[in-house]
Amino acid sequence: MTQSVALTSLIARGVGVDRGGRAIVKNISFDLQAGGALVALGRNGAGKSTLLRAIAGFLPFSGGELIHEGEASEAPLPELCHYVGHADGLKSALTAVENLAFWSRMLSGTATGASVSPLEALQQVGLKRLADFPVAYLSAGQKRRVALARLFVAPRPLWILDEPATALDVASQQVLAEAFARHRAGGGMIIAATHAPLGLVDAAVLELSATAAGALGNA
Amino acid sequence: MMQSSLSALFWRELRIARSVGGGGAMGLVFFLILVSLTPFAIGPDLNLLSRIGPAILWIAALLATLLGLDRLFQADADDGSLDLLLTASTPLELIVVVKCAAHWIATALPLILASPLLGLTLAMEPASLGGIALSLLAGTPALTMLGAIGAALTAGLRRGGLLMAVLILPLATPVLIFGVSGAAAASGGTVPFHIPMLILCGLSLAALAGAPFAAAAALRARDA
Repeated sequence: MTQSVALTSLIARGVGVDRGGRAIVKNISFDLQAGGALVALGRNGAGKSTLLRAIAGFLPFSGGELIHEGEASEAPLPELCHYVGHADGLKSALTAVENLAFWSRMLSGTATGASVSPLEALQQVGLKRLADFPVAYLSAGQKRRVALARLFVAPRPLWILDEPATALDVASQQVLAEAFARHRAGGGMIIAATHAPLGLVDAAVLELSATAAGALGNA
Repeated sequence: MMQSSLSALFWRELRIARSVGGGGAMGLVFFLILVSLTPFAIGPDLNLLSRIGPAILWIAALLATLLGLDRLFQADADDGSLDLLLTASTPLELIVVVKCAAHWIATALPLILASPLLGLTLAMEPASLGGIALSLLAGTPALTMLGAIGAALTAGLRRGGLLMAVLILPLATPVLIFGVSGAAAASGGTVPFHIPMLILCGLSLAALAGAPFAAAAALRARDA
């Protein structure tokens, strides 16, 4: 899979994120090495999604610093990460393979490493049969599998996954766990927010408390 | 690498605009309805029709352009594509330009091609028919680029279309003024044809140079 060691470490020192004048995430520190995984846990509204979106560069940090080191460290962190969030990023009018081909060309670039063709990626998630169907006709779980196949079509060292196993069946969760293992064996990093177990072995755990945000501060 | 990603984006946008519900044909149909109803509303006064023809065509083109523009970034914001585009190594400013170019081809170009035919129904003179098409060709890029700023500012809002129109119409007014005067000047008048045309080209080039930066800044700050 991705054989890039473009990132050797990702270190957060006391980072926080504000939204609408309120501190949603405060004073988070972690230390992630190549091949490592970090799982963010917490109640609804604890700020898991907010933290992940800030690491991916969609939200500014209110304080602290996030340092990434490695071969590709001159590139900004967002260009080194794959983000799979609640929205699938798929156009329902296009077919699954057209969607993936687009993201493959759009997201390739900075990091080097092996990637697979859109059709092979669909085969890995067990959807090759439906490659030429418009995404509008796919079920929620199938859409999620197409979105996850994006991880395979462009090599990027950091995978940021916001509840990636939502709507997935047991077999697909197994495929996902194997893909995680391959990515980490190749020196990749994973940061995931989850409520369900993802099959990430030896993952560091980041416990987010909801007290800072309040139960209503969902991101 | 960057060229390949931009051409992929360009063809994706065109394919989505062409698909059912993509909104590519909506502006054109709106334009046809508005212009073809006008002679019925005004009555069979050919002199009046030919005098106000350029204005009708330009107002219809302006509204038809605004009609589809609010979805330019909102559709991507809704399905999560916009977040992913932010993680691409291609500069967001170029992504904005390419999306606008595809949008212009899918929505404004059909209007320009249809305008001489519709001008006939408004009893416009032959010289004026060419003039309206040329003035739309020179002016609609400015409308699309200015609209992109409004679309970027309202990308995170539900029903942001009206707000977008309010934001953009003051900026689009000079384009309308010089567009109509260009089309009118083609069939004679006190102003030579090339003067409003040069101003229209200038407005389009200025919008093309400035709007991508404004729209990209608005998109980056959308979530913050």
